[in-house]
Amino acid sequence: MSLQSRIETKLNAAFSPERLMVINESHLHAGHHPDIDGNGETHMRIRIVSRAFAGMSRVARHRAINDLLKAEFEAGLHALAVEPAVPGETTRW
Amino acid sequence: MSGINDFIDNEVKSNDVVLFMKGTPQFPQCGFSGQVVQMLDYIGVDYKGINVLADADLRQGIKDYSNWPTIPQLYIKGEFIGGCDIVREMFQAGELQSHFEEQGIAVKGAA
Repeated sequence: MSLQSRIETKLNAAFSPERLMVINESHLHAGHHPDIDGNGETHMRIRIVSRAFAGMSRVARHRAINDLLKAEFEAGLHALAVEPAVPGETTRW
Repeated sequence: MSGINDFIDNEVKSNDVVLFMKGTPQFPQCGFSGQVVQMLDYIGVDYKGINVLADADLRQGIKDYSNWPTIPQLYIKGEFIGGCDIVREMFQAGELQSHFEEQGIAVKGAA
C-alpha cells in the first residue's frame, strides 16, 4: 500500500472526516536534498475537515495528526503540511 | 542529548522570538522555513534564526524538545507556536501580529 493510501486509511479511521485529501507533493521538492529525487513519498499534504477537531487549538490538531502518523515519520516521511478544519471553518480547497 | 536539550531550552527562554529552521534567515534552505522567514520579516520583528542543518543532534533534539516532527518551529517568549502551516494561518488571520503585541514584542510593520 502506498504511503498516501496508508495515511488516508489512518485518518479515516481516527477522525471520520467529512472531507479528506491526502496529496503527494514530493515531485515539487525534487532535488532540494541529495536523498530526495521527487519520485518518492517524502512530502505530503493533508487537507481534512472533521468534527473531531472541534475545541482543539491549532497546535493540538496538528499534534493529533502527527501522533497518528508517528510510524510514517519514523519510516522516512520528511515533510507534512496539514490543513485541519472543523465543518463551517473556512477552507481554501 | 541532555546537552542539546539544555542548549535548546536556553535559546528558547533567553530570546523573545526564536525560529529553528533549515538554513539561515539570509539563506533559507527549505521552502517552509523560507515562508516563515518572509512572514517574520514582513511583520518586522527581531528574531533569532537557528540553523538545525548545522548540527545533527540539534536537528533531532528540537523535534524531541517540542514533540513535533517537523521543522521550522517558531517559539515566542518561550512558548511553542507551531510550524509553517500554523504560523501562516495566524499571519493571515492577523493573530501573529496581535500575539507579538500582546507579548510586548516590538513590531516595525511592513518594511
